[in-house]
Amino acid sequence: MVSDARLAADIGGTFTDVALEALVAEDHRQRWTAKVLTTPHAPELGVLEGVRAVLAKAGLAAADVALMIHGTTLATNALIERKGARTALLTTEGFRDVLALGNESRYDQYDLNIELPRPLVPRKWRLPVPERLDNTGKVLRPLDEAALRALVPLLKDEGIEALAVGFLHAFVNPVHERRAAAILAEALPGVPVSLSSEVSPEMREWERFSTTVANAYVQPLMASYLGRLEAGLRAMGMAAPLFLMLSGGGLTTVATAARFPIRLVESGPAGGAIFSAHVARQRGWEKVLSFDMGGTTAKVCLIDGFSPQASRSFEVARVGRFRKGSGLPLRIPVIEMVEIGAGGGSLAHLDGMGRIQVGPESAGADPGPACYGRGGTQPAVTDANLLLGRYDPESFAGGSLRLDVAAAEGAMARAVGAGLGLEAGMAALGVVEVVDENMANAARVHAIESAKSYEGRAIIAFGGGGPVHGCRVAEKIGVNRILVPSGAGVGSAIGFLRAPVGYEVVKSLYTRFARFDLAGVNALLAAMSEEATRTVAEGSFGAPTQETRIAYMRYVGQGHEIAVALPVRELGPEDVAAIRAAYDREYARFYDRPVPGSDVEVLSFAVTVATVVDTAEPVAEPHDAPAPAPIRVQRVRDTATGAVADWAIYDRAAMPPGCRVAGPCIVAEAETSTLVGPGWQCRVDGLGYLELEHA
Amino acid sequence: MDALDLIQRQIQWNRLIAVVEEQAQTMIRTAFSTTVREAGDLSAGIFDLQGRMLAQAVTGTPGHVNSMMESVGHFLAKFPAATMQPGDHYITNDPWLGTGHLHDLTVVTPAFHEGRMVGLFANTAHIIDIGGLGMGPEGRSVFEEGLYIPIVKCFDRGAPNETFFDFIRAGSRTPVELEGDIYSLCACNDAGARRLTEMMAEYRMEGLDELAAFIFDASLKATVAEIAKLPPGTHRAEIRSDGYEAPVTLKAAMTIGADAITVDFAGTSGLSTRGINVPAAYSRAYSCFGIKCVVAPEIPNNWASLAPFRMEIPEGCILNAPRPYPVSVRHVVGQLLPDLMMGCLAGAVPDRVNAEGASALWNPPLRGGSQVSGQAAETEDFEVITFNSGGTGARPGKDGLDGIAFPSGVRTMPVEATENVAPVIFWRKELRPDSGGAGRTRGGFGQVMEIGAKGDAEFAVNAIFDRVANPPAGRFGGGQGAAGWVGLDDAAGTVLRTKGFQVIPKGRHLLLKLPGGGGMGDPAARDPALVAQDVADGLLTREAAKRDYGWEG
Repeated sequence: MVSDARLAADIGGTFTDVALEALVAEDHRQRWTAKVLTTPHAPELGVLEGVRAVLAKAGLAAADVALMIHGTTLATNALIERKGARTALLTTEGFRDVLALGNESRYDQYDLNIELPRPLVPRKWRLPVPERLDNTGKVLRPLDEAALRALVPLLKDEGIEALAVGFLHAFVNPVHERRAAAILAEALPGVPVSLSSEVSPEMREWERFSTTVANAYVQPLMASYLGRLEAGLRAMGMAAPLFLMLSGGGLTTVATAARFPIRLVESGPAGGAIFSAHVARQRGWEKVLSFDMGGTTAKVCLIDGFSPQASRSFEVARVGRFRKGSGLPLRIPVIEMVEIGAGGGSLAHLDGMGRIQVGPESAGADPGPACYGRGGTQPAVTDANLLLGRYDPESFAGGSLRLDVAAAEGAMARAVGAGLGLEAGMAALGVVEVVDENMANAARVHAIESAKSYEGRAIIAFGGGGPVHGCRVAEKIGVNRILVPSGAGVGSAIGFLRAPVGYEVVKSLYTRFARFDLAGVNALLAAMSEEATRTVAEGSFGAPTQETRIAYMRYVGQGHEIAVALPVRELGPEDVAAIRAAYDREYARFYDRPVPGSDVEVLSFAVTVATVVDTAEPVAEPHDAPAPAPIRVQRVRDTATGAVADWAIYDRAAMPPGCRVAGPCIVAEAETSTLVGPGWQCRVDGLGYLELEHA
Repeated sequence: MDALDLIQRQIQWNRLIAVVEEQAQTMIRTAFSTTVREAGDLSAGIFDLQGRMLAQAVTGTPGHVNSMMESVGHFLAKFPAATMQPGDHYITNDPWLGTGHLHDLTVVTPAFHEGRMVGLFANTAHIIDIGGLGMGPEGRSVFEEGLYIPIVKCFDRGAPNETFFDFIRAGSRTPVELEGDIYSLCACNDAGARRLTEMMAEYRMEGLDELAAFIFDASLKATVAEIAKLPPGTHRAEIRSDGYEAPVTLKAAMTIGADAITVDFAGTSGLSTRGINVPAAYSRAYSCFGIKCVVAPEIPNNWASLAPFRMEIPEGCILNAPRPYPVSVRHVVGQLLPDLMMGCLAGAVPDRVNAEGASALWNPPLRGGSQVSGQAAETEDFEVITFNSGGTGARPGKDGLDGIAFPSGVRTMPVEATENVAPVIFWRKELRPDSGGAGRTRGGFGQVMEIGAKGDAEFAVNAIFDRVANPPAGRFGGGQGAAGWVGLDDAAGTVLRTKGFQVIPKGRHLLLKLPGGGGMGDPAARDPALVAQDVADGLLTREAAKRDYGWEG
């Protein structure tokens, strides 16, 4: 019996991952996965190939698929490589250079040769239009329609393919933007128009215009890609609806995705976070840190109550070594996470003070780390792990790649060892300690910025490097429990299958608690709820939905808001005090001292409507089972103490639920190795996941 | 030291830098003043028991680089380490013991581990109001410039000093924000101390002495090695600032030695009667920053890495103002010092310095309502400031940056946000064509800003602008950046003074034209395609392109 077959495809930089799940018996759901090379020139080809491969493995036909979910880095790549549409920005006269000025600061204080991100729209296509609203939305200067029409010949001559309209204070009153859109649609049929009041209706002109322009910039490309993909799937015989993964962790229809493609930029990492959230739910763990370490970057994400943390700001296409402030700002719903340049391919060197530095430069897939033997001469993190004895050179990546120890040793000695007087093994220890410290620091900063702590938290480690580095990162941030799920190599695609169909609407409405605008807030929330519900209904097929409402609040005068949940109903006068009290609690929980005598203000509201899909059946505790014998021992150097000892190596496939092994040891599998450090215990849980615990 | 110790010391150094960054982040997230939370005008650092700085957060304010570093010693002189208790927090805004004006509060907090004091955390932030005349040049002594806080305890073993807070609340136009910012300064030092204790427990450290010695040794060696790469010799430079009552000349003679760089400021103008005077610590900070950007940008700031840069500033010159001279807007002169340092370094390493830029921020403090117009006021009372920048100087291999802060690293606020906190309308804020100095690489473009009150009501500006009579110079054949301009939007082009309190009449707007950066190298050598692009972008008029570059397109 086959029913309910759900298919997910995630296009990454190197690989396109496809996962398929279907009920194969009354109570048994099975999963098949496929990994194919990404085809950058026509990404749909890779997806179609992967879909064919996974269907063949499952013995299903395309017509058997009930639902397909897709995430892609296509929009991100277009922004990074500047390969989007010829885009023009129509903007308030006097504010032509909002995108160029940004926040007028440099992300690196000491680098005189700093390069700032170039606006997506050059100045000659940033076109001022006479009009002006004040901060309440009152018209100070009417829209000069004749002046707008006079720009049309220029737009035609320049071959403009996408239009963005960004007027000051349009998020309060979109009247001028809408009128401009109507005029442009009439004069330039077929050219898509993105309005700042629709794409990102929030205060702060730089961030709003930047988001709007980015949306316009990727729109033609994404629309055409989605069209080709749908046609390809139909040609294959698939009738199932296609959904797109959003950066915020929900799913949406092709139609909505084509209107707001900028909301898709971070879909892959979002899938990874949802994967972690699902794993946390399976285990009933309320507080986890998702730790996904791949080839070039590591991503950490705090997950409380099985929901990844939401955020509204994000930076794409950073030009300065992953430095904050060196990218294009986007104000869209995203899953809050920190991404740093720390992966298996990250390269190590010594700085002027003889300090070991790792990343963000990466060896990439080609030439790759020195031990790949493909011409890499600089030591990467993978080389360091090899020299510490953590990998078996014969069986790396399922034995598909024989690692060259001598090449790794030579590179490590040259770039790190010689300058510090260390032999290659200790130099490798230094490199791994530095990269682990970098990731731990990123995790600490993420917690500070999220007003959360690591007390009582567990790590969910995946990606090629997560299970290798998990123990030491955990020790550094004071976490004593780690879970390594199965399927970690295609985590994002599996995450797509767990994502709800959902949509988030964010709107600014300023109000102070001292004179709370109850009627205004209720009217706004009702309208937002209606918009979100309508959008979700296009793809939920009547499935039950859940609504959440959030207010972003702060003390009057402060700059950073705290999210406070609101009841999902019309608010009454009695709610105002309760919401205020909830804010004080949230604030004091983290910043120790509530501030006496301050009023609180609300800046904006978010309403999310989503289907309820992710449920996890309770899993029975497995009975104790005997551990298999180690498949071999390896000489491994411990990075905390520098001690070299024989560590047992176990084959994960041979470890039944309920069995336990004690660290130090390594649990090997084709896609990764789980390092169980000294003082750690590893147990296989009822789901087949590895649970590591520190005594 | 064995191999593992060496690696662990490196890790601990990294951790200290992360700890102070975390300290600064906590400040930004909890601060009330827009100057801190939006603009990033703050600083944070950790110190050993001798008051030597081990690490400092890289924030928006080079002016705090040495000045905060020196301040901890002043705290220890008044309150010796042996008398400090857990939960104590000490505070001052003394311009000569802190960071150069009353608007900067510095809080110092002892850090304890296993019952023993192991170090100190310090944090400086620019708060929005401290009473007195308000931010501006008009004071004739520091006593007019605001409330003066000597080094006192603001928290005693965790309990707030209520007498202190009473004075604070009574003396400021924004008492809630001021009190909130002080709480925030203390909270962020606490956050730093917590992380320090965690690290010391993890590595079983009893004190910071060994780590300090390691950091200082590596930093000093690296800094000296960078200095040794420079050709030795003495180089001179001079810059003119518009000043307040008279132009100001800044003069420097920089001697590059084998292991130190010494700058002598002899010949610099004397003191002003108004608040553009600079306390010595602030002069050292911006001078050091200017040198470090060129000579050793990668080396983290600490006591040892800053030690090889020595400043000799004669008493009684405008860069070494004694108490009680007014110092409120010392940045307007102090921020020219990196240009002066690069002028000297141009003689030694011409391929590593920039041309001069707008450099001093153009921050118009705006005030309206009854404090300007009395009973005739047509708007509610307001007091607001925004941070804005002209163009930076051309670089050896790249153009200058357009409308970007340098040397200051502060951020500007969105116009939409400013218009939400005060009844003002920004009618224009965009790049200023033809303002970048011509050159093989050109200077960054300045901006044009036009500001009115809502309903075109009367309001006032307390001007603190420079580079109007003395535009940024080019280097090696590059042209000057455009001079700044301050005036009204009327047909006559009424000019306003560059410094001081002035009323913008009803119906009129304040018009500011921010300077562009100087150019570098012969304009004739500039790639014609780049000239054509500036013309197409409307940043260079055809006339200017023809005049400056011989462009015939």
